[in-house]
Amino acid sequence: MSSWFVTHGAAFIVVLPLLMAAITAVLPAVRRLAWFTALVVVSLVALVAFIVLQTQIDLGAFIYRMGGWEPPHGISLGIDAVNAPIALLIAAMGVATLVYAEPAVDSEVQRKKRAPFYAAFLLCVAGLLGMVVTGDAFNVFVFLEVSSISTYTLVAMGANRDRRALSAAFNYLILGSIGATFFVIGIGFLYAETGTLNMADMRQILANLDGGSRVAQVGFGFVLVGLGLKLAMFPLHTWLPGAYAYSPTAVTAFLASTATKAALYLLYRFMFTVFDPSFDYVAVTLTYVVTALAVIGMVFASLQALFQTDARRTLAFSSVAQVGYMLLGIGLISTLGLVGSYLHLINHAVVKGGLFLCLGAMWYRFGITRISDMAGLGKTMPITTAAFTVLAFSLIGVPFTAGFVSKVALAEAALERGWYWAVAVIMIASILALLYMGRMMMVAYFSPPPASALNSDGRVQRREAPLLMLVPMIGLAVTSVLIGVRGNVYLAEVSENAARVLLPGGGL
Amino acid sequence: MRIPVKPKPAKGPVVPPAGSDPHVLLRVISKFLIPLIALFAFYVQFHGEYGPGGGFQAGVILAVSIILYALIFGLAEAKRAFPPWLVRLGMTLGVLLYGGTGVVAWLLGGEFLNYSVLFPDPIDGQHYGIIAIELGVLTTVTSVMVAFFYAFGSRQPDIEDGDW
Amino acid sequence: MEIGLFSHFNYVVVIILMMVGLYIVFASRNLIKKLVGLSVFQTSVFLFYITLAKIAGAQPPILVKDKSTKSGYDEYSQYNEAVQTAAGGNTYYLPSTGSDILYSNPLPHVLILTAIVVGVATLAIGLALSVRIREVYQTIEMDDIERADFQYNLEGTDAATVKNAS
Repeated sequence: MSSWFVTHGAAFIVVLPLLMAAITAVLPAVRRLAWFTALVVVSLVALVAFIVLQTQIDLGAFIYRMGGWEPPHGISLGIDAVNAPIALLIAAMGVATLVYAEPAVDSEVQRKKRAPFYAAFLLCVAGLLGMVVTGDAFNVFVFLEVSSISTYTLVAMGANRDRRALSAAFNYLILGSIGATFFVIGIGFLYAETGTLNMADMRQILANLDGGSRVAQVGFGFVLVGLGLKLAMFPLHTWLPGAYAYSPTAVTAFLASTATKAALYLLYRFMFTVFDPSFDYVAVTLTYVVTALAVIGMVFASLQALFQTDARRTLAFSSVAQVGYMLLGIGLISTLGLVGSYLHLINHAVVKGGLFLCLGAMWYRFGITRISDMAGLGKTMPITTAAFTVLAFSLIGVPFTAGFVSKVALAEAALERGWYWAVAVIMIASILALLYMGRMMMVAYFSPPPASALNSDGRVQRREAPLLMLVPMIGLAVTSVLIGVRGNVYLAEVSENAARVLLPGGGL
Repeated sequence: MRIPVKPKPAKGPVVPPAGSDPHVLLRVISKFLIPLIALFAFYVQFHGEYGPGGGFQAGVILAVSIILYALIFGLAEAKRAFPPWLVRLGMTLGVLLYGGTGVVAWLLGGEFLNYSVLFPDPIDGQHYGIIAIELGVLTTVTSVMVAFFYAFGSRQPDIEDGDW
Repeated sequence: MEIGLFSHFNYVVVIILMMVGLYIVFASRNLIKKLVGLSVFQTSVFLFYITLAKIAGAQPPILVKDKSTKSGYDEYSQYNEAVQTAAGGNTYYLPSTGSDILYSNPLPHVLILTAIVVGVATLAIGLALSVRIREVYQTIEMDDIERADFQYNLEGTDAATVKNAS
């Protein structure tokens, strides 16, 4: 049976949530039935993704032929060192978010919309996993849209809590669709140049053509812009703060930890697997455009985060800044840079997911959205605030946390290339992170709790988050510390394998 | 077959007395057209294997026949003919039919959606497999299109008929 | 230049549609107009793919009845072989006859069928959101919505939200 999962695992993790989403959508509104179904499905997917990852580590990359059609003509799903860990990451974050979602969605989404909510959630999971495992360029677009369209609905479901979710979802829809359309135009140009849609085949043909003609270059530009919109590359990030701030809290946590990460994975794939940095135009674009945008984004978005009053908007702008770190790793075009970028991708998913879960729990208990309202949380919700603090340290990059590991890796990569200014920018952005995260922690720990949180005898009343919320956020906080302490063992190996697959030649 | 000279007033839509109905032409022609549209949908569906056509197009055409009915006889009548619960069920059933075909191929030892293993002869498998798939697409597309229409049509309009 | 314009007529139209669509999306402040622009933009991509598929002097990609054999296209093996070749995105000749019927590439048509469905889904979600926005904000103009949101930010609470929350 386990060998069946090995052979069919790649298809299984996409198909199971896709089909179960259809069933979940029509489940009766019996208490928790839809939630339970979704949780079981995503847990199963995470388990299979784990088996697939282990198989990949033991046996190397493998391809699944969809419908028995041979690539390059048929659609193939490929598992290799780059996408297996990301698939596991998406599924695992799905589980963490779903565990948290039960109480959160109960309070944020109307009863009759809960079954569709979980159906859309499963669709989103299926789409993201599909984007990650597929080896066919057009199939990427289809899964990209499956995940995006379900995301638009998920974001809009925050309207019950805050009506701004509607306009945020609409903006996201417009920009997301433009991004996806740009992407598909790029695929069209690549198809015109190479006559194939299989990414491995495309790579071969483009390499034979030595980068191809201007058609391929135009395709490259469109793909880069399209993916840039999806992953919130700095000037194309305007949809992100609204979508993160007003969607239901569980959705924010899931989106922040997976959606932009899957798009970033696609950027790795297209920049390094389909195209190759040995082509002039790719190298020039990565070095001068992507790096520049990454650096500007890191500083500018961090500054914007500093001036937000809404806690979730702060973290959303921080996400844009963190995407800058990952793009900087890509712009370095070196194995070390990719290792740093990949590490940061995984770390940031864990950390930002956890932070949004903590903020969600604070909203659940006290309806907190603004930083100034976080006063006294260190006393009223000590465990949540402790988890928040650990994760915030990790985001800043304090030693022995996840953020430190990846930021050091990125700085080392920049030094290797001789980019001292990049190290300086990493430092500046980290200091800004210290300021905006520190601002929240200051309020939470050192401001007295509001009068409403006090008992009748004037003592502080503890109102900790429910257990289902505490478990995933503590789990993520512990994970981030574990990565910080022991990350050089397992995760570093995974990232190095991924970087070696992406850049077999070792970069510039 | 005897064709009745005077059609009995159907128990469905309330037809106003003759002469007073400004939409009589619409009603008569659409009653003639709707079955033909539905029939054409099935033509497109089953012709889809050898020529242009298939589940997507057929589904949209079939949905058009229902939507046309709703436009002319009113949303309530259409909902009586094709109730919303059936629409929701259709959306799910279509997807399950599609995915189920793939899962059956899995269970029979092939890859997902490998129809060749469905029958002893792989060519037969491909044929019946694609028919099942297209049937699933037809069901889903029809239901989804009608669901769109119902969803938008059921919203309370704040523009009165007279304001147009 | 003139020759380029006419020989690439489709591409010229694609570019015009693309630019018109993008311009409408960014320039108009009305939600429905934005969606119209988005649809035009997406349609230009459909046209682009279909144009890629066309091969000069080729048939539409529908199997022509094979006149040389009695059975025509009922020969399953031929049919399947043809389909398999077609899946590669190449033009192909019907294998049995050696007759030189040139077909256009059917693959982009299939891709675009998918893209159209995606476009319809996006448009439906967009329209649904517009309906909800109109119900909540009483307007579909971006400027008014932003003004209302700004007001909301200043006040911190909003009666309309509470009213429509149910």
